[in-house]
Amino acid sequence: MENRTALNSAAFCKMMQAVCRRVQEKKDWLSELDAACGDGDHGVSMGRGFTAIEGQLAGWNGLAPGILFKKVGMSLVSTVGGATGPLLGTVFMEAGKAAGDQAEITATALAAMFAAGLDGMVKRGGAKCGDKTMVDALTPAVEAMKQAADEGASPLVALCRAVDAARAGAESTTNMVSKQGKSRYLGERSLGHPDAGAYSIVTILEALAEAAG
Amino acid sequence: MRMKKLLNDPNDVRVELFEGFMGAYAKKFNLRRVEDYTVAVRNDIPQGRVAVLTGGGSGHEPLFPCALGPGMADAAVCGDIFASPSPELIVAGAKAVDRGKGVFIIHGNYAGDNMNFDMAVESLAEEGIQTRVLRVWDDIASAPLERYTERRGMTADVFLLKTAGALAERGASLDEMMTVMDRARHNCRTLGVAMTSATVPQTGKKTFEIADDEMEIGIGMHGEPGVGREKLGTADRTCRKMIDRIVADLPFRAGDEVAMIVNSLGSTTLMELYIMTRQAIRVLNEKNIKVYDTHVGPFATCQEMAGCMITLMKLDDELKALYDAPCYTPDFWFVPKG
Repeated sequence: MENRTALNSAAFCKMMQAVCRRVQEKKDWLSELDAACGDGDHGVSMGRGFTAIEGQLAGWNGLAPGILFKKVGMSLVSTVGGATGPLLGTVFMEAGKAAGDQAEITATALAAMFAAGLDGMVKRGGAKCGDKTMVDALTPAVEAMKQAADEGASPLVALCRAVDAARAGAESTTNMVSKQGKSRYLGERSLGHPDAGAYSIVTILEALAEAAG
Repeated sequence: MRMKKLLNDPNDVRVELFEGFMGAYAKKFNLRRVEDYTVAVRNDIPQGRVAVLTGGGSGHEPLFPCALGPGMADAAVCGDIFASPSPELIVAGAKAVDRGKGVFIIHGNYAGDNMNFDMAVESLAEEGIQTRVLRVWDDIASAPLERYTERRGMTADVFLLKTAGALAERGASLDEMMTVMDRARHNCRTLGVAMTSATVPQTGKKTFEIADDEMEIGIGMHGEPGVGREKLGTADRTCRKMIDRIVADLPFRAGDEVAMIVNSLGSTTLMELYIMTRQAIRVLNEKNIKVYDTHVGPFATCQEMAGCMITLMKLDDELKALYDAPCYTPDFWFVPKG
C-alpha cells in the first residue's frame, strides 16, 4: 500500500469508483436504517445517485480532482432528489470548488476541500451538530482530517482518521433526538436509531480511504 | 406481509407511472411532457398571466399530476417515490409554463422539497424568471402552533392549488397572489390517522410496524411514523378527536364556514371515509361550523397506507369565490356551477 504525499486525478477517479461500488453494497442497509426514523428510501436515493455517477466516470477520466468532485456534486443534485441530493451534492460541489484545478491534492488541500464541503452543506440545510444528520459524521471527519494534515500525515492517513471520526459521529447520532428531515417528526421516538445519512458519510469516506491506498 | 403490487422493475416506477398518466390524460387535458423529464405541463396556458407550478415526490397520486388543468395547476413536477424532484426538473417545468408574469410555486414543506425548490428558484432568478413560493404546512400534528413553519404539507395542497389556479385565471400578479395564498394557507388545517404503514416500491419494505390493534394519529405522508400511537378506536370516536383538534388549532369558530376534504391515504375504503364524513359533519354542526362543501376520496395518498386525513379550510367571501371558480382536471372534482 502506497502512502503518497498527494493524490492525483487517477487516484481520485479510482476513489470515486470505489465509492460507487461501496454505496451499491450498502444501499439496502442504509434504507433499513432510514426506515426506523424516516421513510425508508435513503439507500434507494444513494444507489440511484451513485449509479448515475458510475456511468459517467469513464467520461470524466483525467479531470483534475476538483473538477471531478464538482461534476459528482452536480450529478448528485440532479439525480438523487429528496434532501440527500442537494446536501451531498453541495458537499462535493463546494469541495471541488475549493480544490480549484490543483492536479495533486495533499492532506492539507483535502482537509480544506471537505471543510468547504461541510460549510456548504450546513449553509444549504441549516443543520447543526447534534441535530442527528450527516453533519454529525462529517464535522468530526473534517476535524480529524485537519489535525492529520497539521501533523504532516499523508492524505491516506488523513482519510483513515476521518473514517474513524465519522464512524464515531454516526454512532453518536443514535442517542440524538432528530431535529431535521422527516425523522424530526418522531420526536423522542427517533432515539435509539442512528441517522442513515450519517452512515452514508461513513460509507463514502471508507471507500475513499480504501481506494486512496 | 410481503409487498404485492403491480409493478415492473421497481426502479422504473416514476417514469412508468408518469407515462401511464400521460397516456390516459394528455389528450383530454391538453398536456405535454417537458423533454424527457417526468414533468407535465398544459399546452393552452394563456399569455400574460402567472403560471402555477406544483410538484413533489411520486407515490402520492393523484397528487401532483392530477392537479393539472384549467383553473388549477399549469405544471406538475414529479420526483422519485417519496423524494423531492431535483432543481433541474423544477426549472424545466417553470420555463415551460412561464408566460412573462412569473411562476407561482406550491409545494409541501419538507426538507428535501424546500432545498430543491430553493435551488431551482435561485437558478430561475439568474435567468430572469420571477417566482413566489408557497410551502404547504397544514399538518397540525407535526409541530406545535408556535412552530407552524415546521409543519408538514398534506392534503391542503389540493385546496391551495385550486385557489391559486383561480387567482391566476383572474390575472392576479405574483404579489397579489401571495397575499391571498398566505391567508388561504393559514386557513387550512389537517390531521391524519393511519391503521397500516406503506411499503416503498423500490425496497418492498414497510416503512414502519404497527400492531393489529393500533392506529397512529399524526401520521406522515411518506409512511414515516407519526407522533402518537394508540389503540384502534371507533370511527366516531376517532373522528371526533380529530375534528376537535383541528378546530382548536386555527381555531375555527362558531359561525365559520369551511370546505372539507375527507381523504383516503390509499387503501382506506370509501365506505370508511363516508362513515368518518358523517361524524365529521355532525361534530362540525354541533360546533356551529357550517360545511360549505365536502370532498371524499383519495386525493393525496401514501401508497397503500390505510388511513384517513381530514382537512378543513376556512372560507371567507374572497376565498369562497375562488373556491367556486370552475376548474377541470383529471382527478379533482371541481366543476363549473350551473
